[in-house]
Amino acid sequence: MHSHVNSIWFLIGLQLLIYGALITGTGIWELFYPPARVVDLAWMHPAIWWGAILVGLGLFYVIHYRPSRTISN
Amino acid sequence: MSISAAAARPIVTASPIDIAIVVIYFIFVIGIGIYLKKYTKTGEDFFMAGREMTAWIAGLSFLSANLGALELLGWAGSAYEYGILAVHWYWIGAIPAMILLGLVMMPFYYASRTHSVPGYLQLRYGRAASGLSAISFAVMTILMSGVNIFAMAAVMQVVLGWNMNFSIWVSSASMGAYVVLAGLLSAIFNEVLQFVLIWLGSLLIPILGLFQAGGWSGLKQHIMTNLTHFGVANPDSYMHVWTTLGNFKDNPMGINWIGIVFGLGAVISMGYWTTDFLVVQRVMSARDLRSAKMAPLIGAAFKMFVPVIVILPGLLGLGLLDVHLVSQTAVSAAAAHGATLYSYNDVLPLMLAKYCGPALLGLGITALIAGFMSGMAGNVTAFATVWTHDIYKPMMNPNASDGHYLAMGRWSTVLGILVSIGTAYFVMQFASIMDYVQALFSFFIAPLFGTVILGMLWKRTTPAGGFWGLLAGTVGSIAMYFWVDLQPSALRYIALSPDAMPMAADMFRALWSFVIVVLVTVGVTLVTPPKPQSELKGLVMGCTDIPSEGSYPLIHRPAFWAVVIFAVFAALNWYFR
Repeated sequence: MHSHVNSIWFLIGLQLLIYGALITGTGIWELFYPPARVVDLAWMHPAIWWGAILVGLGLFYVIHYRPSRTISN
Repeated sequence: MSISAAAARPIVTASPIDIAIVVIYFIFVIGIGIYLKKYTKTGEDFFMAGREMTAWIAGLSFLSANLGALELLGWAGSAYEYGILAVHWYWIGAIPAMILLGLVMMPFYYASRTHSVPGYLQLRYGRAASGLSAISFAVMTILMSGVNIFAMAAVMQVVLGWNMNFSIWVSSASMGAYVVLAGLLSAIFNEVLQFVLIWLGSLLIPILGLFQAGGWSGLKQHIMTNLTHFGVANPDSYMHVWTTLGNFKDNPMGINWIGIVFGLGAVISMGYWTTDFLVVQRVMSARDLRSAKMAPLIGAAFKMFVPVIVILPGLLGLGLLDVHLVSQTAVSAAAAHGATLYSYNDVLPLMLAKYCGPALLGLGITALIAGFMSGMAGNVTAFATVWTHDIYKPMMNPNASDGHYLAMGRWSTVLGILVSIGTAYFVMQFASIMDYVQALFSFFIAPLFGTVILGMLWKRTTPAGGFWGLLAGTVGSIAMYFWVDLQPSALRYIALSPDAMPMAADMFRALWSFVIVVLVTVGVTLVTPPKPQSELKGLVMGCTDIPSEGSYPLIHRPAFWAVVIFAVFAALNWYFR
């Protein structure tokens, strides 16, 4: 299989990793500096756990489809 | 779907972190185009992505190209307006057709090695039917692309207060850059990325919404309470998929089961999912027959659950939003008196604002933009292929080099985007024209399905039969549309009931146009000479040696997964009946 076909999964993982880090970071920041616009269920801190899920998914795809691995395969 | 071109005030305001998330998205989509340019050297690479996509990539792209502007916001709004009945457009209006495409039709598309649906018609029926199909498809595709661009810009203005010119040009330039650089390959890669972002940016709304409503049973109680409060008669009808379809008057959509099963399930969805080149092009890029058959099945498996991020937010809005949403006509009337109301189509952005704070809002906005861009790119890549291979090459310049057609593909992409932008500004002046464009688009889908399926399954069908059947079905559909448009009471004849509502008109018009195609095609076929069987090899059942899928264990066979998907589809319909 051509490595560039598999690279899409790596790119998706990279983007999810970046988004997850930004969203989790924002969620943690809001613990100390609550935003002016209060949303429903804000007490559940969805930014923290949803961001963490994105980081987990992103890490899986980045590691599993990293270029060095797909090219050697 | 109608979208207001102006709003009194935006629903939410994006913070710097939200803007950063959107900017990162644009950097990624353009970066993908730049990265893939080196892999796009031939016409086959540009128009068919080199025919080397895996089943998963082709399948997700197949579905993502359909998750455009009208899909995400329009059907969430329809769920608010009509209740759970809207889910038919995801289940019976998609799943059987996707299974038919995967198991029955893909082998013929694949065996013929054609590059497009009009290309298949060229091989099967000749230039007349192919030309009619190609020209109508090219015009409709470019109009739909313009509608997508306008819809996105309008939503960005309503939701965030962004300038419409800014949204139109930034989104079009970004999409144009990655499509011109690497064609279908780049479009498919971005569609897979967009598919993931659409899900992850939208899924939080149903998760948090169901938690707040107290689960599915709690949501049903909230909806009953709200609808009773709004004075809606028979609110229970908003929560059933099948049991209210015995009579036009028993459900909020004003339709019956014949319209849903035969109009939507047997004609419109079959036409869209099996002959609309916008989606079929993605599957044709698969690397082998098994992947080509599996791709629509993978798409079907995910399609069954798209209602979680589209229909469920609409229902949650119906049960949990403090404001009551109204039709676009009522919004415009209120605006004339200085009042601000929200339309059905605003339900998804309102739910986004209800649950998503900074950063999560950016992810949700990115999901919406991704949906719009995947729809636009789908239209533009399909236009470039049909223009180059089915109009320019056979009608204007048949003997040019592959490099010339590759260049033509790139230039026609630029031209298609510019015409789309022009269409977006045209639509901006006449918002109601969006409804007409959608109707125009539907004129060509149902008849085309009749022509393609008869050509694939009946070897006697003649070129003259195919052409005249397609023309008669298209003209018949247009005539029925204008009959009802000029004389609304005519709907009772089209839908066979005085209680039918406008939604029923589309279903029954499609059904009748399909019947016209079949009758005319069969009639003309019986009095005209057929093509010799030697010319039908690879095109028609009974004359084609279907290539082997290869020897795989049961769990890797398309037929096995088709059975599993159909069983889940049946169970879902039974549970929510």
